[in-house]
Amino acid sequence: MIADVYIELKEGVTDPEGEATKKALKLLGFNNVKSVSTRKVFRIEIDENDKEKAEEEIRQMCEKLLANPVIQKYRINWIS
Amino acid sequence: MGDMSDNVNVEDIKIAVLRIEGTNCEDETVRALRNLGVFAEAVHLKQFYSDMIKEKEKRNMKDYSGIVFPGGFSAGDYVRAGAIFSARVKSVLREDLEEFIRQGYPVLGICNGFQILVELGALPGFDEDKPLAETPEMVLAINNSNRFECRQSLLKHENRGKCIFTKDLGVKVVMYPVAHAEGKVTFPSTAEGVYIDRLVENDQIVFRYVDDKGSYAGYPWNPNGSVYNIAGICNIKGNVFGLMPHPERAFFSWNHLDYPNKTALDEYGDGKIIFQSMIDYIRRL
Repeated sequence: MIADVYIELKEGVTDPEGEATKKALKLLGFNNVKSVSTRKVFRIEIDENDKEKAEEEIRQMCEKLLANPVIQKYRINWIS
Repeated sequence: MGDMSDNVNVEDIKIAVLRIEGTNCEDETVRALRNLGVFAEAVHLKQFYSDMIKEKEKRNMKDYSGIVFPGGFSAGDYVRAGAIFSARVKSVLREDLEEFIRQGYPVLGICNGFQILVELGALPGFDEDKPLAETPEMVLAINNSNRFECRQSLLKHENRGKCIFTKDLGVKVVMYPVAHAEGKVTFPSTAEGVYIDRLVENDQIVFRYVDDKGSYAGYPWNPNGSVYNIAGICNIKGNVFGLMPHPERAFFSWNHLDYPNKTALDEYGDGKIIFQSMIDYIRRL
């Protein structure tokens, strides 16, 4: 199975990379840009056919390495 | 703690500066420690656990009485700064490191090393019996400027005696350079005040960024936007210390910007005290 794991900043956490990108886009004349935020995606292929088990395993991965719970949250999107 | 007469000889003290791919401050850190008379060496993490290395390269954490996590960009800062180094330590050395800290041996993390200690849950380190928290309780987030901030920084020492690395420093402002893109001390937003009160109460705040008048100030004096201007903290026991600025880059007087004017007569710069205090503490262990 293949999952896209999105690591995103929690509500209210400043996103300097997003802010800087927004500023640059405005400078380029994209005046309609209202906000820009960043996220990181890991595409993980996992040798497991049971979706529930696979999801649990990915949650563990997020908690142990991929996300720092102080400022980040994660979301799983199954590709196949 | 032994009696003063039990002091170990300084040349018998062994300190490991841990490296993996991407660390890049191990040489100057080893040099600073060796300059003060101890045996220090850069040890690749694999030397502690791998069977794929030569016998003479094998090392055991128990043979050292101090550990430093140096600066750099371990594992390319992938995932988050320090996250991969920390995951590797947790997977193979968690118990050894916990025992090391519990026994009171000193652990120092500089810059990327601080990020590693935070990801390990060793800092803020509120629980003496469980030196590595299950999940991280703070993070060194991307600087507010969204840039790599590389310059001298002024740090006010505020520790009241808990941190073994700054015991003899007193209330003083020192100058160490910063060089990082992810150094903003951040606690869970819903409990920020609680964390800071607790750190102050426990005497775990060590350094705070100040301006040239010694007052707490915003950017650029606070290079990253750290809450409460925090530059360095120690754990509840005072034997684990992490800071973003680099004391090893201010070890000799000639490392200082004002050299040779102000400090010409001294061999050492502001950074020496951190390493000297670490060694003095080990001698009394």
